[in-house]
Amino acid sequence: MSPDQDIDSAADRREFMEGVAVGGIGVAFAAALPITATADEPVPPARGPGQPVPVKLNVNGTDHDLKLEPRVTLLDALREGLHLTGSKKGCDHGQCGACTVLVDGRRVNSCLTLAVATVGRKVQTVEGLADGDVLHPLQLAFIKHDAFQCGYCTPGQLCSAAGLLKEGRAKSDDEIREEMSGNICRCGAYPNILVAVREVRQGALKEKP
Amino acid sequence: MTPFDYTRAEGSAAAVKQVSGSAKATFLGGGTCLIDLMKLHVENHDLLVDITPLPLDRIEATAGGGVRIGANVRNSELAHDATIYKNYPALSEALLSGASPQLRNMATVGGNLMQRTRCPYFRNGFSPCNKREPKSGCAAKDGYNRSHAVLGVSEHCIATHPSDMCVALIAFDAVVKTHGPKGERAIPITDFHLVPGDTPDRETVLEHGELITAVELPAAPWAMRSHYLKVRDRASYEFALASAAVALEVVDGVIKTARVALGGVATKPWRAADAEKSLVGQKPGAPAFAATAEMATKGVAPRQFNGFKVALVRRVIVRALETVAAMK
Ligand SMILES: Cc1cc2nc3c(=O)[nH]c(=O)nc-3n(C[C@H](O)[C@H](O)[C@H](O)COP(=O)(O)OP(=O)(O)OC[C@H]3O[C@@H](n4cnc5c(N)ncnc54)[C@H](O)[C@@H]3O)c2cc1C
Ligand code: FES
Ligand code: FES
Repeated sequence: MSPDQDIDSAADRREFMEGVAVGGIGVAFAAALPITATADEPVPPARGPGQPVPVKLNVNGTDHDLKLEPRVTLLDALREGLHLTGSKKGCDHGQCGACTVLVDGRRVNSCLTLAVATVGRKVQTVEGLADGDVLHPLQLAFIKHDAFQCGYCTPGQLCSAAGLLKEGRAKSDDEIREEMSGNICRCGAYPNILVAVREVRQGALKEKP
Repeated sequence: MTPFDYTRAEGSAAAVKQVSGSAKATFLGGGTCLIDLMKLHVENHDLLVDITPLPLDRIEATAGGGVRIGANVRNSELAHDATIYKNYPALSEALLSGASPQLRNMATVGGNLMQRTRCPYFRNGFSPCNKREPKSGCAAKDGYNRSHAVLGVSEHCIATHPSDMCVALIAFDAVVKTHGPKGERAIPITDFHLVPGDTPDRETVLEHGELITAVELPAAPWAMRSHYLKVRDRASYEFALASAAVALEVVDGVIKTARVALGGVATKPWRAADAEKSLVGQKPGAPAFAATAEMATKGVAPRQFNGFKVALVRRVIVRALETVAAMK
């Protein structure tokens, strides 16, 4: 068995197990991934669909040249290819929001986005929210209001809230709750997340320290 | 996911040719349904043709006073479009009740029309399922079928159609425009989705490689008084247990036009045409609405765990009609 086949069958088993937990929000195990980190390795001879292709990703303002199989999701490319492990894999199926990032300023689930499909677009992750050592107002507000416990959902919550602020529609508490409903928090930090997002929305932390 | 190639569409005709030319090729929209199902190995494809670069992303007025919605318009864009919000409010409400803000930013109109059932036996990849694997049986019929359909079911499949958007579209007589290997056609949405019958694997009338290019809504002044009501297990980010898109035109205290479409309870987006007719000529109010709700659920076939949906959807219909009747 070639190493490639090994990776595939491991992925198959993992996906089968996830399939068993239908409808639920399961935590996926980090998978071995068909990712090559540099673009200058020799291309193996074609052996069917899915050969790695050059993928230029613009993440937090920096271009990265990767070589990825087209099936690699943006989430896996960020985490396994670029070692930007802020974005989290909660369910890998669009059901939890832990993987939320901004693509061209719009919040999306990176687990259901193919990395190749984001070539030519601007990706922003939680690592790109702060301005150097100066935290983003949302990050300050999350700390101030204790808006997390284990912190696993937090990068997704922050990126989602950043998207919400850009959209500028959520005003009342109910609207903020509804507009943040794509991010599940197993620790139930919702009340404090609401307070943090509300405070930033109201501009209390608009001035960066 | 099994390995696949990816390419960006360079024109509708080229995309149609690429997909129709290979049984294992398909279109990629926002990916929120397709990538999910490919991860589950419920669907496997060798080639994904990304159609999001195609210029099918406009919402524009039609000569007849209606609106033409490009297939690549994202669900969030459509929901917040000022014309849709004002002239077809139930469509905005339906879209905003679906999925999450992130998913709505990704999901396209074409992909939403084509989204597949959330039946857990279909999604798990191994239970008998005639939709996933023809002639393998249906595990849902005698399984845990609380989320399943009570209308439009067959011996072979009771899977619920999951879309909220389509319920509003069917209430508004939408027409699906396509570009296929044999040319272009316009398909009334009532004919677009298929009930399972004995071929639950065939879900729409589209041919392989036929591309949805737009959805057209005809002019419908009465649609301004429309409403989408969705009942689910949690307040947000959840599929419908029962939902209704309704509209009423009342002239001199009497109903002139009525629309009743249902979601969460049927195998396809469901238009209750007889129930609508029964409202015409009546005074809006509890007695007429209750009779209509009763009529809309004629022929229901509940199974062991989904009987509650019959009473639930009747109440959803009545409440939605009451809401619309009270609109200024
Ligand atoms: C966690 C979760 C919760 C959800 N909750 C809801 C909900 O509450 N209500 C609801 O209605 N929906 C819900 N959805 C479903 C969501 O609305 C659909 O997945 C989405 O609309 C599909 O659009 P897409 O562009 O992402 O499609 P894709 O995944 O890209 O494609 C889906 C299918 O459509 C085909 N396709 C795409 N575009 C075209 C075209 N132009 N012509 C022909 N074929 C095409 C593709 O080949 C594929 O077969 C949910 C999804 C998830 C993951
Ligand atoms: S990892 Fe859960 S939504 Fe992407
Ligand atoms: S803080 Fe633990 S999941 Fe949200």
